[in-house]
Amino acid sequence: MNGVRLQKTPSKASRWGRTLGEWPAALFFLLPTVAVLGTFNFYPALYSLYLSLFEWNGLSPTREFVGLANYARLLASGEFWNSLRVTLLYAGGVTLLALALGMGVAVLLNQPIRGQALYRVLYFLPVITPTVASGVVWKYLFDPTQGVVNRGLAGVGLEGPSWLSDPSWALAAVVVVGVWKRVGFNLVVYLAALQGIPRAYYEAAALDGAGPWQQFRHLTLPLLAPTTFFLVVTALIDAFQVFDLVYVMTSGGPLGSTDVLGYYLYRQAFRYSELGFASAVAYVMFALIFAVTVIQFRLTRGGQGDG
Amino acid sequence: MARSLKAVLTHLLLASGAFLSAMPFLWMLTTALKPESALYQPPLLFPTHFEWANFVKAWQAAPFPRFFLNSAVMTVGIVLAQTLFSAMAGYAFARMRFAGRDLLFFGVLGTMMIPFPVTLIPSFLVVNALGWIDTYNALIVPRAVSAFAIFLFRQFFLSLPRELEEAALMDGAGRLTIFFRIVLPLSTPVIAASAIFSFLFAWNDFLWPLIVTNSPDMRTVQVGLAMFQGQYGVFWTLLSAAATIVTLPAVLAFLAAQRQFIAGITNTGLKE
Repeated sequence: MNGVRLQKTPSKASRWGRTLGEWPAALFFLLPTVAVLGTFNFYPALYSLYLSLFEWNGLSPTREFVGLANYARLLASGEFWNSLRVTLLYAGGVTLLALALGMGVAVLLNQPIRGQALYRVLYFLPVITPTVASGVVWKYLFDPTQGVVNRGLAGVGLEGPSWLSDPSWALAAVVVVGVWKRVGFNLVVYLAALQGIPRAYYEAAALDGAGPWQQFRHLTLPLLAPTTFFLVVTALIDAFQVFDLVYVMTSGGPLGSTDVLGYYLYRQAFRYSELGFASAVAYVMFALIFAVTVIQFRLTRGGQGDG
Repeated sequence: MARSLKAVLTHLLLASGAFLSAMPFLWMLTTALKPESALYQPPLLFPTHFEWANFVKAWQAAPFPRFFLNSAVMTVGIVLAQTLFSAMAGYAFARMRFAGRDLLFFGVLGTMMIPFPVTLIPSFLVVNALGWIDTYNALIVPRAVSAFAIFLFRQFFLSLPRELEEAALMDGAGRLTIFFRIVLPLSTPVIAASAIFSFLFAWNDFLWPLIVTNSPDMRTVQVGLAMFQGQYGVFWTLLSAAATIVTLPAVLAFLAAQRQFIAGITNTGLKE
């Protein structure tokens, strides 16, 4: 993350001298953190890698070491590849659409207009709305006969699909909800970044005869690039883990058309008690997210290297 | 003239977007207030009926009072624990000198990179081995610390002037006294920011409560709502009423602490 930069305390020389003096107090202040993060983050992250090498139903006292067999089974499973494809489509769709919309609204809002605060609240509300409640309400909006979506389409003479029960439309509907929940976040971050761009840049560009589109294309867009990277990465990481919406809206169906990795993992672990296999799924997700993070670090380092 | 046309267009675009954004809330409220018999009548975005009885019905159709109690206990527990423990850790990282401090801090930040699904199964096994399934311990303890909040607090403490604390140290005050008597009282803005993040996280959380509770007596509002939907799938008036009830605390909390929340996002996300 860009914002994370360690500040060195100045008195390095005396550091070791006071080391022991501060440890007991530091231990007290850090004990809850170390205990909780150790038990419920570090240890589980390692342990699920270990578990992924076993076949185990979670109940039997013995577990069978199977090496990489879970991973081999995964790679041979059509269900898994479907799930991976659905996850990438969902993540790509939500990330791109919410990015474009968030940026568009931010640019519109970054003007001296009335009602800015109200607009911001209205766009942001979906972000803090519980996912389960959002899913429940949107399921109703997408209802083929009573839902407002198809009633609206009928109003302009179109016949809407049956959305969540149609394998070719269900994922699109879930993406819409994902975008709806994401735009406000992107908007708020973009707006903060836009407000940090000095007005003088635009005045200079206008003097040089640059129109609004050229200003946006050659000034705003490049200056927003670090923000865009940050938002793409955080959005992808969030979207790869999507679970609640799918659980509430479609249960992964119809015909696996919304069976994202998070839901696939949940089923393997908590419905079929395949804890080893599910751990392998978890590690594939980890690898995916890790890859995105590494790419982001590479790109931002490269982009900002010369300051 | 051109200027005012541009302003009108801008408002038109922004307002239609805001309408789409807010429409599900309006629809949820309108439906929650409709009598079941009027449901099939042409849709109106604004309520024409006020059938408050739907809320009572939804409230009674499932053990919502119990779900609320459970969510309230869990949320209060998580907010208090995350705020206190993260403030303590943030203070240690910002002010104390000990070997391995920076390494440990990086370790804490590193946990933010571990996706939740990766820790899910072993965390469940730990909670299960402790006999915590269907207890408040399972809902609170594993989430009693937030790496994000630690980061927020550390940054805030680094921005505080050291003089007060140094004077107190000279006077022989211990770290605990300094932390509770001097530093925390100066930290209300960051406490508010951390608390609103924790509140929304806890109130809206779904997957973990779903997994560590089985008994209806221990379900939280989100899990309860999902189960309610399973049972009352087509009773849209009741479902909307239930969804409204569950959404309201999150919206109110956000509106009350909007400024801190948005500042929290923009400060940690981008600016140095």
